[in-house]
Amino acid sequence: MLQIQNISKVFNAGKATEVIAVDGVTLQLGAGSHTVVVGANGSGKSTLLNLVAGSTYADRGKVLLRGNEIQGMPDYKRSRWIARVFQNPLAGTAASLSILDNFRMAALRKSPKWIKLGVDSDFKKLVYDQVATLGMALENKLTQPMGTLSGGQRQALTLLMTVMADVDVLLLDEPTAALDPRSAKEVMEIADKIIHENKLTALLVTHNINEALHYGTRLVQMENGKIIRDYDKQEKLTLNHTEVISWFDYY
Amino acid sequence: MDFYVAAIIQALCFGPLVMGLFLSMKIFNIPDITTDGSYTLGAVITAVGLSNGYPLLAVFVLAMFGGALAGCCTALIHTRLRIHALLAGILVMTALYSINLTLLGRSNMPLLGYRDLFTWFDVFAVSDYNTLSVLLVVLAILFLSMSYMLRSDFGIAMRATGDSESMIRAQGVNTARMKVYGLAVSNVLVALSGCLMAQFQGFTDINMGIGIVISGLGAVIIGDTLINFLKARSIPSMLACVLFGVVIFQSILAIALSAGVDANLLKLTTSLLVLIIVALPRVGSFLQLSKR
Repeated sequence: MLQIQNISKVFNAGKATEVIAVDGVTLQLGAGSHTVVVGANGSGKSTLLNLVAGSTYADRGKVLLRGNEIQGMPDYKRSRWIARVFQNPLAGTAASLSILDNFRMAALRKSPKWIKLGVDSDFKKLVYDQVATLGMALENKLTQPMGTLSGGQRQALTLLMTVMADVDVLLLDEPTAALDPRSAKEVMEIADKIIHENKLTALLVTHNINEALHYGTRLVQMENGKIIRDYDKQEKLTLNHTEVISWFDYY
Repeated sequence: MDFYVAAIIQALCFGPLVMGLFLSMKIFNIPDITTDGSYTLGAVITAVGLSNGYPLLAVFVLAMFGGALAGCCTALIHTRLRIHALLAGILVMTALYSINLTLLGRSNMPLLGYRDLFTWFDVFAVSDYNTLSVLLVVLAILFLSMSYMLRSDFGIAMRATGDSESMIRAQGVNTARMKVYGLAVSNVLVALSGCLMAQFQGFTDINMGIGIVISGLGAVIIGDTLINFLKARSIPSMLACVLFGVVIFQSILAIALSAGVDANLLKLTTSLLVLIIVALPRVGSFLQLSKR
């Protein structure tokens, strides 16, 4: 499904502040797989996600989706197939727009946005039903601005927005980093449900060891821009919290 | 009384301008200084068109097209060359001064005697009422069009671009292109204001756009205060607040002038008024803090 081939990214190349963020990473993500990436700060996890999303371009290497090269494509074009949940709940939704308007944009992810009123009663019903599945009692607040909601509510809605149009890949960049433990758990449960129900190929970046062990079918550790550990589903089951923590003893 | 009617008419002529500034400054978060140049451009094209006997509709279309081009230039400099929007606007505004002067051929042109929008509509005996009626119809059309556009899928994408670029890019929108459309529409409205003002005052002057962005900004800030005060959330109510803001702003200026403020000090008065409007909430917060 998603192939990352020998991809590299260097920031401030040739300057004193040069940083090799991603260094020749190769990763194959099968359809419906759920890969979790862990690593210390600056290990290149988020840059890897940005390279897949298209918000940063690679200096070297290829990104292939269903066998087609996409590395030269900007993020807004890749969004037809790749959805994303940001670390900052404010980044994934537009605060001044209502929940309905945010969902309208998500529903038109693959379509042109014409000068026509699209938020009609049918669309409101569709969003009402979708939002009700979250169990957060947000379905009666659809006309409220997104900015009036909590970070956890916004992340949950962002997750739901990703499946308003059919996508193949879901990128989750530390989606619970800014949330309290309860909201974080809720959001991860919703993410897991959405990934399974929609058979999405998911790539989750996290600092949370519990999340890394509990969710996903594969666990990868990055260090200095490289993948240094890669465990499949069976191997992952043998890992425990203490062992994964010990990977970071170096720091 | 006529003085205040004239002030209201002037405020209505500025109506499209404040809707344009609302779009660029509040929806897109772009401080678009092109406004000073595109307002004059609208007036210059109107003067050239009317004096050359162009049909009235063609004059309006050309003035708005000129505004769209100016807005596109600013947006393309900003998005393609990655130059700050403020500087991009200043560059286009400066360039427009020469373009306007070249088009007009001189520094000002009287338009009295030409058949314009206001002389074309001749129903009431009092000419100000004719002018007022025409402007109300023009503003009603613009208000309905803008309300529809900003509530449409395209308009939601525009609003999201100004709010959260990361979010709307993730929904498949080319934000650079959206900014070009936004500044084009904004400057269409600004040029339309220049076109209306030239016809209302009966002349076009090469310097008539100087500081117009400040007058517009004052009106938008008053409108924004009303939006927050009334907790207005719908697009039509926000636009109505902004239009009400321009009437309040021009009325305050008219009161200041009728109270004896020297007309030569009008720009100074305008700047001070905008400063007071901007600073007032901050002074209030400062006083509250100092009480603690």
